[in-house]
Amino acid sequence: MFPKGTKRKFSDSGEEPVSSGDQVPAAPSVATRSLTSSYSLQRQSLLDMSLIKLQLCHMLVEPNLCRSVLIANTVRQIQEEMTQDGTWQIMTQALAAAQCPTDRLVATEVLCRQTDAAAQAGQSPKPFSVGGLEEGYHAEEVVMEGDVETEVTMSTLAPVSPQLSSASYLAGPFVMGPCWDEDEEEEEEEEEEEDGECEEDEEDDSEDCVSEGEEADRDHLSPDSRTGEQVFGTFEIKHPAPPPDPALEELFSDVDPSYYDLDTVLTGMQSAPKMGPYDLLESLSSHGPTALSSSSSCRSDLNELDHIMEIIVGS
Amino acid sequence: MGAVLAGILTTTPSATSLHPPPPPRCPTETGASPAPLMGEDTDAAPTLDHRGFLPDHNYVTEADIISTVEFNHTGELLATGDKGGRVVIFQREPESKGEPFSQGEYNVYSTFQSHEPEFDYLKSLEIEEKINKIRWLPQQNAAHFLLSTNDKTIKLWKVGERDKRPEGYNLKDEGGRIKDMSTVTSLQVPVLMPMDLMVEVSPRRVFANAHTYHVNSISVNSDYETYMSADDLRINLWHLDITDRSFNIVDIKPANMEDLTEVITAAEFHPHHCNLFVYSSSKGTLRLCDMREAALCDKHSKLFEEPEDPSARSFFSEIISSVSDVKFSHSGRYLLTRDYLTAKVWDLNMESKPLETYQVHDYLRSKLCSLYENDCIFDKFECAWNGSDSVIMTGAYNNFFRMFDRNTKRDVTLEASRESSKPRAVLKPRRVCAAGGKRRKDDISVDSLDFTKKILHTAWHPTENIIAIAATNNLYIFQDKLNSEMH
Repeated sequence: MFPKGTKRKFSDSGEEPVSSGDQVPAAPSVATRSLTSSYSLQRQSLLDMSLIKLQLCHMLVEPNLCRSVLIANTVRQIQEEMTQDGTWQIMTQALAAAQCPTDRLVATEVLCRQTDAAAQAGQSPKPFSVGGLEEGYHAEEVVMEGDVETEVTMSTLAPVSPQLSSASYLAGPFVMGPCWDEDEEEEEEEEEEEDGECEEDEEDDSEDCVSEGEEADRDHLSPDSRTGEQVFGTFEIKHPAPPPDPALEELFSDVDPSYYDLDTVLTGMQSAPKMGPYDLLESLSSHGPTALSSSSSCRSDLNELDHIMEIIVGS
Repeated sequence: MGAVLAGILTTTPSATSLHPPPPPRCPTETGASPAPLMGEDTDAAPTLDHRGFLPDHNYVTEADIISTVEFNHTGELLATGDKGGRVVIFQREPESKGEPFSQGEYNVYSTFQSHEPEFDYLKSLEIEEKINKIRWLPQQNAAHFLLSTNDKTIKLWKVGERDKRPEGYNLKDEGGRIKDMSTVTSLQVPVLMPMDLMVEVSPRRVFANAHTYHVNSISVNSDYETYMSADDLRINLWHLDITDRSFNIVDIKPANMEDLTEVITAAEFHPHHCNLFVYSSSKGTLRLCDMREAALCDKHSKLFEEPEDPSARSFFSEIISSVSDVKFSHSGRYLLTRDYLTAKVWDLNMESKPLETYQVHDYLRSKLCSLYENDCIFDKFECAWNGSDSVIMTGAYNNFFRMFDRNTKRDVTLEASRESSKPRAVLKPRRVCAAGGKRRKDDISVDSLDFTKKILHTAWHPTENIIAIAATNNLYIFQDKLNSEMH
C-alpha cells in the first residue's frame, strides 16, 4: 500500500505523547503540533492513504459517493491543518524542487509555463486524477455544443482511454464547474466514453487530465475564492495563475470557460503551475523516497526553525 | 435484558443459507455448492457441504451475500435480498402441537430474481443488481406486496398463493389442448379443485429513472399510498400506483459539486404521521421534515445533532459520526441511529443531544487508522428496535451482534456462526477484551477479531422475540423460547 518504504508507526496504540493516548492521530494544540514530528508523519501518511483511496475510487463500477465525500473531507481537514501549520506550502515547494524535470508534471509546470503537448506524451504515467473526469465531462460539453473537432482531438490524445468513470458525480466533489446545472440528467445521458482512467500506462494525456482539471478548478475558484473549503483552494493562493491568453480567449469567448481550459491543454499552453493533491499523490507514489526525504529534511528544518523562533520569542 | 433474552436463544433448524433452487449465478471455482446450508440438524446425514471438498478454504460466492433482511408487518414472512439480485422469502410455519420443536420455524416460501445487472451504456458503468433494501407493504388482501430496490430502480412485487385450480373445462382437456368438438356430449361447470400450494411472484410496478445517485433507502408511508426513495443527494416521493412520475422532496445537491461535503445516508417515514419523515447524513445529523411545510423539504423542521466533543476530535471524527442507519421506534416517539462506534436513541422532542448512547465496539476507537486503511470504517451497520421499543440491536464484526436493553441498561454480545452454536443450542454471550488485558477463557482479543465477518443487516420480529441476522451469506434466525412475548 505504501511504496515509499516508510514504516507506519501510527498505529493503533495511540502513542501520541501530547494527546490523551487513545485517539490516533489526535490533534494536539497548534503550538505543540508542529514540534511533534511523529504526528506530522502520521498526518502525512494519512494524507497519502486518503489520496490513494480517492484515486482508486474511479473504477468500472460506480464507486460509493458517501465514501468519496468522507475521504475528501478528511483530505481537506488535513490540508487545512497543514496550512495552519505552514507545512503545506513547504511540502509542496519541497516536492516541486525535488523532482527530476524530465519526468515530472509538477516540475514542468513550475519551470516551464508553456509545455509542449508532445513533451507530455513522454511523461511517466500519472495516477488517476479527478481531472480526468473533468476532461471527460468537458468532452461531453464539447459534444453538446457541437464541436466535433475538439472531440476528435480528445480522442486522439486519449486513444487508449478505457471506461469512463462516473463523471456524473464522482468528479463532482472535486472539479466540476459551474456548467453543472439542472441539465445534468440530460448531459449525463450524453456523456460518452472518454478518458476516465488515467491509471493506464499508455495514457498520454494523463498530465492533461490533472493540469486541465486544476486549471478548470482555478477558473472556477477564482471568482469565488472559497479557499478554505476547496481541496485545491490553498494552491490558488500560493500559485497565482498568469492571465489567460487574450487572443485565445477571444477565439473561444462564446464557449464555456471550462472548455477553454481544455483547449489550452490541447494546444499545449498551460498556465498555472498547479499543485493539486493529485500531483502530490503522483509525486509521492511514484517518486519514492526521494521526495519524502527532501520533505522530511524540510520538516526537520521547519522544526529547527520553530525551535529557534521559540527561543527568540521566548515562549 | 435478562428478562427478555436471558441467554436462551435457539437457532432454528430451518434457517438456511441463501442458496435457493435457482442455479447459482456465479459458480465457484470448486464447482461445489458455494453456500453451505446452515442449521441442518447435525445428527442427520450431512448434506453437500463444500468444506468436505476444500477443508482449508471457505469460498463464498459474492452473489450470495445477503444485503438486506426485513420482516413483514405481522412477522409471518421474512424477506432477504442478496448481492445477486435475488429475493428469498421465508414463511413461518404455524405452530403445531404435534411437534413442539417445529413451531414457528421459518422455511423458504418463495425465491425470485428481483433485479438483473444492467449496463449503463452512456456512462459505461455497471448498475449493480444488489438489493439494497426491501420493504413490505401492509397486507390489504390475500396477496403480499413488497418493494425491493437496487441502486437505481425500485420494483413492487406481488407475492400471491395459488392453491386451487379450475378443472373440468368444456373446450380444453386436462392438458390444455383444445378438445375435439365431436367428443363433447354434455356441458359441465368447471370446479375449483385443491392443488399443491404454488407461490406466484410477479412484478407489478417498476419505478425507474428517477435517481442519479445510488438509492440507499426506501420507506413506505403510513398512508399506504405513497413511499419515498432516497439516494445520496435526493429523496423522491412516489405514489405506489404511478410509475412515471415522482416528486422530489429533498435535494441537497449543491449548485457547485465541488462544495459537496455531505450526503444522505438513510431516510424513513414516521410510522404514524404521514407528513413526517427523517433523513440522516454523513455528517452525523438527523433532519426531521414536515411535508406540509413546503413542496421541497430542504429546510428541516428539526435538526438533531450532538455537539462534538472537542477533546475527542481526530481526523476520523467525521467519518465515525456518519449515520449509517436511522429507524423510528414503533411508538414513533424515538429515533434510533447507528454510527460507526455507537448506537443512539433520540427523543423527537429533544434536538440537542441523544437520549441514550450505547457503545457498540468502543475497543475499535484506537484502531481507527487501520480500519480506515482497510475501508472497514466505511461499513454501514444497520440497527433495529424490538416490538416494544425496549431493546435495540445492532451488528458488529467477527459475526458478533449486540443487544442493549434500554430499561435495565444491560447489554449482551452474541455470535452468529455455525461453529459456535449448534441448532437449538443456547447462545453463549461473548466478550471482547482489550489486547493484552486480562483475558478470561473464551474471550476474544481485539486483535483476533475477524473484520471480514461483519453483521451489517439485522431484523427483529414486529411482535415476538425472534431476530434474523445476516452473516455474509448465511441467515441466522434466533428465537427466545422462554420469553416469546415482548416485555
